[in-house]
Amino acid sequence: MNRIYSFLGFAEMNLANKLHQLIQFKFKQMKYKSQKVAYWFFAFSMLLLVLQITYGFVMGFARIGLDGLHDFIPFNTARAVHTNLLVVWLLSGFMGAAYYIIPEEAQRELVNVKLAYVQLISLAIVGVTAIVGYHFNWWEGRKFLEIPRQLDYLVVINVLLFLGLILTTLFKGKRKTTTALVLSMGLLFAALLYLPGMLPFDSQVTDSFFRWWVVHLWVEGVWELIMGGILSFLLIKLTGVDREVIEKWLYVIVGLTFLSGVLGTGHHYYYIGVNKIWLVVGGIFSALEPLAFLAMALFAVNMYRKGEKKHPNTLALFWTLGSAIVSFIGAGLLGFAHTLPQTNLYTHGTLVTAMHGHYAFWGAYAMIVLAIISYSLPNLTGRKLYESVRGRAAFWLSNIGMLGMTVAFGVAGVVQVYLERKLKMEFMEVQNEISIHFVVLLLCATLFTTGIVLYIIDFIKHGRPSDEALETIKN
Amino acid sequence: MLSKKQARAFFLGGTLVTFLAFIGLTIYSFSDPQDQTNHAAITEQVVRGKDLWESNNCMGCHTILGEGGYYAPELTKVLDRRGPGYVKAVLMSPIPWEPNGRKMVAYGFSEEEAADLIAFFDWIDDIDLNGFDRVVSPLSKDDK
Ligand code: HEM
Ligand code: HEM
Ligand SMILES: [Fe+2]
Repeated sequence: MNRIYSFLGFAEMNLANKLHQLIQFKFKQMKYKSQKVAYWFFAFSMLLLVLQITYGFVMGFARIGLDGLHDFIPFNTARAVHTNLLVVWLLSGFMGAAYYIIPEEAQRELVNVKLAYVQLISLAIVGVTAIVGYHFNWWEGRKFLEIPRQLDYLVVINVLLFLGLILTTLFKGKRKTTTALVLSMGLLFAALLYLPGMLPFDSQVTDSFFRWWVVHLWVEGVWELIMGGILSFLLIKLTGVDREVIEKWLYVIVGLTFLSGVLGTGHHYYYIGVNKIWLVVGGIFSALEPLAFLAMALFAVNMYRKGEKKHPNTLALFWTLGSAIVSFIGAGLLGFAHTLPQTNLYTHGTLVTAMHGHYAFWGAYAMIVLAIISYSLPNLTGRKLYESVRGRAAFWLSNIGMLGMTVAFGVAGVVQVYLERKLKMEFMEVQNEISIHFVVLLLCATLFTTGIVLYIIDFIKHGRPSDEALETIKN
Repeated sequence: MLSKKQARAFFLGGTLVTFLAFIGLTIYSFSDPQDQTNHAAITEQVVRGKDLWESNNCMGCHTILGEGGYYAPELTKVLDRRGPGYVKAVLMSPIPWEPNGRKMVAYGFSEEEAADLIAFFDWIDDIDLNGFDRVVSPLSKDDK
């Protein structure tokens, strides 16, 4: 039993605690007052995560025939809300991460704290307006980019304000680290890539073509820079490995990302009515995309092994390593599973895609946001709840739950592909055959949600950020 | 051993080269001789159909060209499969269409709106999808 406990990391907690008392840990607290603003972005993130999950359940129940909410929240509303909330809580998490990381890397206060709060509030207003609008048929039916054009302009202004604050802080700072540059570059490119999604087209094909410039080049391109930047910051803090070593590998990883990911966009162009050349280009380059995720996982695990200092915040370490590993499985392996044109011909637009979408988003982006929150929260609030059993349980329950959901989607997807596209059965006949897998999905989703609820209780127990948490021991 | 400087050069170089190739391929794909969509056949009615498709977020449940929600049937080649009469009845239904225990939103479109959407589907149906159309359309059922 003890073995299992220590395998799950429960035993390490006490050890870590003692270690913490023994050595005065060098990097322990928040260093700049303005970092506190990050807390509120994280809190907003958590709120949206809860809402996202709620709408997930609405869809899950609809799929097993319990669609009592149909008149108020039809499936397309639930779906748009579910996926948009996902994107917004992740972005809010990334922004929080930037407000925490950039001052520390640049070694100065944020240039204007008030404007950062204005940015958060305006983000919340735009986000909430969009979500409410989806319940009243106010949207654009363009998968993942449902936000109406009018609101898009407000999104742009909001993001410009954010970038202005981050970039001026960086450039006025004492140092410009690679970590900070990669993170900021990711955020800047993410903003630029939002623009092609705003262009209007008469042709559904062209529309879809440029929609992928946003969706694909985000998750398989510039967001990986953001992830890499956060990962590298966390590894520097948690393992104590030399910055130069970590940042060198960071360049290699983001290099692999763009080398494969840009032309890899072609895997969305196989069957939407554009030239066959994409079958070759997309096939080859997207098949290379897992390399970047593999590199990320190896990088994180190796830095952890190399590290001599063991930071007492093992919870943050779990989320950090977990993110690097799960993203390789969800994005790398499960992405590869349907990225070759011969396979994608049959899986394109089926629940197989939903399987991959969940595990990839969870591993790469949800977990890295939860990692930076777990790392920064004790520093911002001064309450070191490193030993929390609740936090540990949150990690395992949410991960096991999400793995189960992925398997449920996957089995449903493979059966769907076989019955519908090989045996040519009717769509709805097949759907009725596979509805049992959605019962399993809902059970696993309950486990997952329990984990997230525990995480959020832990979040709340940390209390508010406080200036008393400012670093006192100068090194 | 690889230095940080070399690592950065790899990043910048790789990005530049693939990005330029990507732009080049995009321009090539949209050049007239490569058109697989019968672009000239996009009439005003087709565009109105697309607007309705978007403003009601049909894609939130259905896939088209394999893209969208997985809750409702693929609508590429729907006219081949069901015929325009059936599609029109679904679109104009004042109560939720629910043939197999799963409800569609009751849009209650007008005659004209239904015709616009059907024109849109008709245009979609003629796109050369590099073989995907055979997987999702009844034509493939005739394939031996
Ligand atoms: C963290 C990174 C990733 C995330 C968050 C992610 C997420 C998603 C999502 C949400 C979709 C559904 C898009 C839609 O149909 O509208 C999708 C589709 C797809 N992804 Fe990923 N993905 C990631 C990485 C990868 C990688 C590395 C590969 C390839 C090795 C890959 C291969 C694919 C393919 C082939 C599709 C199209 C499926 C279809 O035809 O329906 N993905 N991805
Ligand atoms: C209680 C938990 C959840 C449930 C029950 C759930 C359920 C669902 C369902 C039923 C769909 C629609 C699939 C369809 O179109 O038929 C969906 C879509 C999606 N969900 Fe979730 N979800 C949950 C949590 C999450 C989380 C935590 C994430 C991200 C980390 C996520 C990311 C997505 C994405 C990216 C899509 C779009 C997939 C695609 O179009 O391929 N979901 N979800
Ligand atoms: Fe992609």
